[in-house]
Amino acid sequence: MTEIATSPTYRRTGGIRRLLERYPFLPALAIVLVLLSLNGVFSPNSLSYRSLTGLLSTYMALILLAIAQTYVVYAGDIDLSAGSILSLVNVAIVVLMERWGGGAGAVLLALALGLLLGLACGLVNGLVVAALRLQAIVATFATSIFFTGLALYILPVAGTPAPTIFWRTYGGRLLGLPFVFYILGGLVLLLLVLGRTRLTTQLLAVGDDQQAAYQTGLPVVSIRVRGYLLCGLFSALAAFCITGDTASGDPLVGGKMTLFSVAAVVLGGSALSGGWGTVVGSLLGALTIGLISSVVFFMGTPSEWQNFVQGLAILVVLMAGVLAGRRARP
Amino acid sequence: MSSVLSFLRQPIVVALVFIVLLLYLGELLSPGFASAAQILRLMIVASLLGIVAAGQNVVILGGREGIDLSVGGVVSLSAIIAGNVMQGADIGIVPAIAACLVAGAFFGLLNGLGVTLLRIPPLVMTLGMLGVLQGLLVVIRMGIPSGQAAPALSRFVTQPLFFGVPGIIWLWAVIGIVMALMLSRTVFGHRIYAIGSNEHAAYMAGVPVRLMRIALFMISGMFAAIAGLCLLGYSGSSFANVGEQYTLTSIIAVVFGGTSLAGGKGGYTGTMAGAFLLVILQGILTTVNIDESGRQMVFGATLLILMMFYGRGRAMRA
Repeated sequence: MTEIATSPTYRRTGGIRRLLERYPFLPALAIVLVLLSLNGVFSPNSLSYRSLTGLLSTYMALILLAIAQTYVVYAGDIDLSAGSILSLVNVAIVVLMERWGGGAGAVLLALALGLLLGLACGLVNGLVVAALRLQAIVATFATSIFFTGLALYILPVAGTPAPTIFWRTYGGRLLGLPFVFYILGGLVLLLLVLGRTRLTTQLLAVGDDQQAAYQTGLPVVSIRVRGYLLCGLFSALAAFCITGDTASGDPLVGGKMTLFSVAAVVLGGSALSGGWGTVVGSLLGALTIGLISSVVFFMGTPSEWQNFVQGLAILVVLMAGVLAGRRARP
Repeated sequence: MSSVLSFLRQPIVVALVFIVLLLYLGELLSPGFASAAQILRLMIVASLLGIVAAGQNVVILGGREGIDLSVGGVVSLSAIIAGNVMQGADIGIVPAIAACLVAGAFFGLLNGLGVTLLRIPPLVMTLGMLGVLQGLLVVIRMGIPSGQAAPALSRFVTQPLFFGVPGIIWLWAVIGIVMALMLSRTVFGHRIYAIGSNEHAAYMAGVPVRLMRIALFMISGMFAAIAGLCLLGYSGSSFANVGEQYTLTSIIAVVFGGTSLAGGKGGYTGTMAGAFLLVILQGILTTVNIDESGRQMVFGATLLILMMFYGRGRAMRA
C-alpha cells in the first residue's frame, strides 16, 4: 500500500521472479511435493497408488470448495458461507435421493437440483454483497447462518445414508481407473475453459481496482454477482464429493471447511485483497492442507498433539504462501 | 427535518432504536422479557461479547484490513487457564487474571508481529493463529481437567454487586468509559484513527505505525482473555471451545456499532449498543418456541436486514 507503483516494463526481472510471475502457483506446488516426500519418508506405503487415490477422494471436496472461494476472492470479495452451502446441498441431495428411491434417475435429478440450489445460494450472496453493498465478510456470515438453518430444517440430525449407487460410483472405478481421477480430469478441463472466459479476467479486473473497472465500462455489480454464482456452483460440486466420500447427509458437515477453503486460497498464493490469483494454486493449497494432516499422522505425532502441530504447520505455510505470492505479483 | 434524519442515521441511534423495538417485541412474544431482571441477565451476556468486541474494535479501527479471527480461540484458552489456575479458590483469582492477560498479550503479540514484520494480512495471520489455538486447546484438554471458577468470580459475574447490578456490568461500563476517553482524548487513541484512515500519512507524521499495530493486537488478545475469564465465572467451569462463537459475533457487534471495517471510522460506544442488540436478538430467538432450524434462519435473515441500516458501501460512480 505504501509502495509506489513502478511500471513493470522497466524493472529488471530475475529468472525465478519471471517464472513466479508466469506460474504463481509454483511455491504451492513445491510445498505439495515436499509434503508428499515427507509422507513417503515417514510411511512409504502412503505414496502407494491406493493411498493417493484415497487422499484425493477425501480432499476432493475441499479442493472444490477452495476453487469456489477463489472466484470470489479474485474480485476482492470473500464467502464465509461456502461451507454452509456445501452442507445445505449435501443434505438436500441426500434427502431427495432417498425420497425418490435411490435409483440412477433419482440420483441424477437430485444432483441437478443440487446444482441449482448451489447457484441460488450464490445468487443470494451476490445480491446481498454486490447489489445491496453489504460488507462481504459479515454479510456472508449472516447468510451462512441462514443456510445452516435451512440445512437443519431439511435434515435436523446427521445420518440419512446416501444411496449405494452414489457412493459406490464415487469411491469405485470406471474403465479400470478410480472415479476421482475422472472428476479431477473433468475439473481441470472445466477450469481451463473458465480460465479462458472473459469472466475470469473481469473478476480479476474488479478485484484489482473496482473503480477503474467501473470507469472502463465493466458492469461491476453483475460481475461480482457472477463470481458468487460460480462460488455457489463449485460449493455444490464440493457437496457432491463430500456426499460420495461420507455416504451420508450431515447438516453441519461444511461448517469447519469454510475457513480451510480461505486458507487454501491463500496457500495457493492468491491475494485476499483481490485482483491476483490462480485456481491451480487453490487446488494445490487444498491438497497441502490434506497432506499436512497426513504427514502429521504418519510422523507418529501423539494424537492429542496432532491438531496443534497441524495448526502450526498451516500457519507456517500460510505465511510462506503470502510471502511467495507477494514476490510473484508483477 | 434533515437534521432529524441525520440524527436517526447515526449508528448508535439506529442500534438504540432497534434495541427498544426488540425489547418491545420480546415483551409481546413472552411477557416479562423486558423486565429489569431479564434485561440485567441479557446485559451480563452482552458484556462478555462487548468485552471481546472492544479488542476487535481497536484492531478494526487501526485499518489495513484489520480484523482478529483469533479472539474466539483466546477466549477458550483463557477460560481453561483461569479455571486451572484458580481451581475453585478465591485466592487464585489474581494469579489467574495475570496468567490470562499474559496469554492473551502473547498471542496478540504473535499476531501483531506477523502482521507488521512479515506483512501477512490480518485475516490470514489471525486465521492461522486460530488453528494453532484450537490445537493447543486439544492438547491442554487431554492433559488436565477443565478447572473450576472461584466462587468470588462467579458472584462477580452473576450476582448483584452495587445497586443490584452485577460486577461484570460495572466492569463493562468502566471499559466503555476508558475506551471512549482513550479513543477521543489520548494521543494513542488519535493515532489509532490516524493509522486507520491513512497509514502512510500517519507514518510520515511520525506515528510509530508498526508498534501501534502490534499494540492493537495485544489489546485485542487481552480483552479476549478478560472475556474468557469472565465467561468461566458465568458458566462455572469451562468446556470445549466455549469461545468459538465470539469470533464472528464480535465483528458483527462492531459493525452494528457503526465502525467501518475499512478502519479509521467509528468508536466503542456504538459497539456496546451493537453487542447488546445482538444479544437481545439471540435472547428473543431462544424465548420463542421454534426449532433450532427456524431460529437460525430468522437470526441470519434479521442480521442481514439490520446490516442494511449500517454503513453500506458506496455506489459506483464514474
